[in-house]
Amino acid sequence: MGILEVRDVNKSFGGLKALNKVELDVEEGSVHAIIGPNGAGKSTFLNCLVGLLIPDSGSVNFNGNSLLGIKPHEINQAGVSRVFQTPEIFSDLSLLDNVVIPTLASRDGAFKLNGWKRADQDSEIIVRAEHMLEDVGLIDKRNMHAGSLSRGDKRRLELAMCLVQNPKLLLLDEPTAGMSRADTNNTIDLLKRIGERGITKVIIEHDMHVVFSLADKVSVMAQGTVIAEGSPEGIKGDPRVQEAYLGGAHL
Amino acid sequence: MITATPRKDLLLMGIFTLAVLTMPIWLAPIGASYPDLLQRFAIFGIFAIGFNILFGLTGYLSFGHAAFLGVGSYTAVWSFKLLSMSVVPAVIFGVITSGLFAVVIGYISLRRSGIYFSILTLAFAQMSYNLAYSVLTPITNGETGLQLSLNDPRALDSLVGVTPTSGIPPTNFFGIEMSGYSGFYFCAILMIIGFYISMRIFRSPFGMMLRAVKSNSNRMSYTGLNMRPYTLTAFVISGMYAGLAGSLMAVTDPLAGAERMQWTASGEVVLMTILGGVGTLIGPVIGAGVIKYFENIFSAINENVLHGIFDFLPEILQDGAVAVLSLFVGEGWHLTLGMLFMLIVVFLPGGMVEGFTRIYSRIRNKNNKNNGEAGSVGSAEVQPGE
Repeated sequence: MGILEVRDVNKSFGGLKALNKVELDVEEGSVHAIIGPNGAGKSTFLNCLVGLLIPDSGSVNFNGNSLLGIKPHEINQAGVSRVFQTPEIFSDLSLLDNVVIPTLASRDGAFKLNGWKRADQDSEIIVRAEHMLEDVGLIDKRNMHAGSLSRGDKRRLELAMCLVQNPKLLLLDEPTAGMSRADTNNTIDLLKRIGERGITKVIIEHDMHVVFSLADKVSVMAQGTVIAEGSPEGIKGDPRVQEAYLGGAHL
Repeated sequence: MITATPRKDLLLMGIFTLAVLTMPIWLAPIGASYPDLLQRFAIFGIFAIGFNILFGLTGYLSFGHAAFLGVGSYTAVWSFKLLSMSVVPAVIFGVITSGLFAVVIGYISLRRSGIYFSILTLAFAQMSYNLAYSVLTPITNGETGLQLSLNDPRALDSLVGVTPTSGIPPTNFFGIEMSGYSGFYFCAILMIIGFYISMRIFRSPFGMMLRAVKSNSNRMSYTGLNMRPYTLTAFVISGMYAGLAGSLMAVTDPLAGAERMQWTASGEVVLMTILGGVGTLIGPVIGAGVIKYFENIFSAINENVLHGIFDFLPEILQDGAVAVLSLFVGEGWHLTLGMLFMLIVVFLPGGMVEGFTRIYSRIRNKNNKNNGEAGSVGSAEVQPGE
């Protein structure tokens, strides 16, 4: 039994078949990478998981419950967090507030009319948020505007915002895109460390270095469907993958 | 860097309270200490504080808040007519009724954001205005406006045996007549309470969520937060502030007309908030004060006054100065206000509060240098939201 079970998911945009009978099983506690060339439907697939898009048909079950037809905030409250391709953070707020908000959301739920207490005196929340910022190495910048961070830091902040909620499933859409090699390695280290918490992760990635450093299992998508699946080592040698993904070149 | 701490907030609250209560004294030198204007400062201060909870925190720009102002006024006048000349039920009912209106209008308008939200609220307000003018004449008394009359039932008053001896009795707060300075102090105390509530909201987790709506509504829903109830609550709270302001207008001058719901009134509170500083605690109050001051003082200056001011100049220069400046005063006070508004928006997008902050940090930097410190580390970081 996987924590995430995707069966026969289809999605079309007009005449374009973006997803064609996608099947995926993600084991609890594993790191599952999805790779594939541009336009393979990876991001569309991720969008179907978090409620941004609704598949035309098929089923998506998380811990035995369907994720289809429920709102993004309900999906998050069920334990699914997502890191976006371009970091989605609260740019006008301080780093600390950026992490405090998801912490509050995971403690108090989707809506709580809490208009009389001081947020900065809620020591339980502040301590949790500061710990998280320390974990990702941003504690020194806690009072800075999130919008003024470098791209790598923004992504680390977004990761912190997701992790502080202790999600059961973390979806990462190209977590190292546009990062320098040093930043990429930092992110890999960070993801490895959070791997120790037993959070299941689904990673979409272009960078093979990242995929092979992290993934337990790899699914290869091309033209809207999963064409191969297996261990990183097995995938490396699969001729279909080399054909689809690398145009026949050898890894 | 300015970080809000409970102690600093207490200090701010103390200064604010003191400043508001002593307004009749320190506004006297600039000719703004007569009760009628002071009441307006307080009333529009309340209106702007409430508006800022919606616009400043969530970024939802309502162009229809005058509707709640009008509803508050009509409700208060009806309370005077039917129940009692006491202002307590008038204010309570004014706030509740406008809150109910805000639930309905907010529920529908908040289905959209950005410009569509603004247009929806504008449409609702104009609808209310036109209804008040025409169809709802039995309730609003149409063009004439709702007024008190000698034959009003005033059920509660007659229950306790208060019958007017001559003429329409004045509005009162447990016997204190709500006109002149006592009227101002009644409004001022409510403004101070309103300011305090707004400060609590600004510092609370709820306020933080409202800022999150403004900053990134996408991330908000992927963080497990349901945006709709947050924005609706903010909308209703700000509608209730508007209703309070509207009922206080009726308290200090017991009549209500449809023109209070006009879009110009909705636009005015937007101007006040932006002029003072959107999303800052004190900004809207300052903005409301400045606009009401201009409206009352600049519009009262006429050519004779100007001639008096430039008396020391030779006649030709005097005539020239008066000819130019008279464009900006009297009937033309909107021109001055418009120019001030343009300057603020272009050079100080954070409103007058940003101006004060800049001056403050410049002075502090200078002091630091004088003390031999190498610049100020803190000034490089700007505290969000304040």
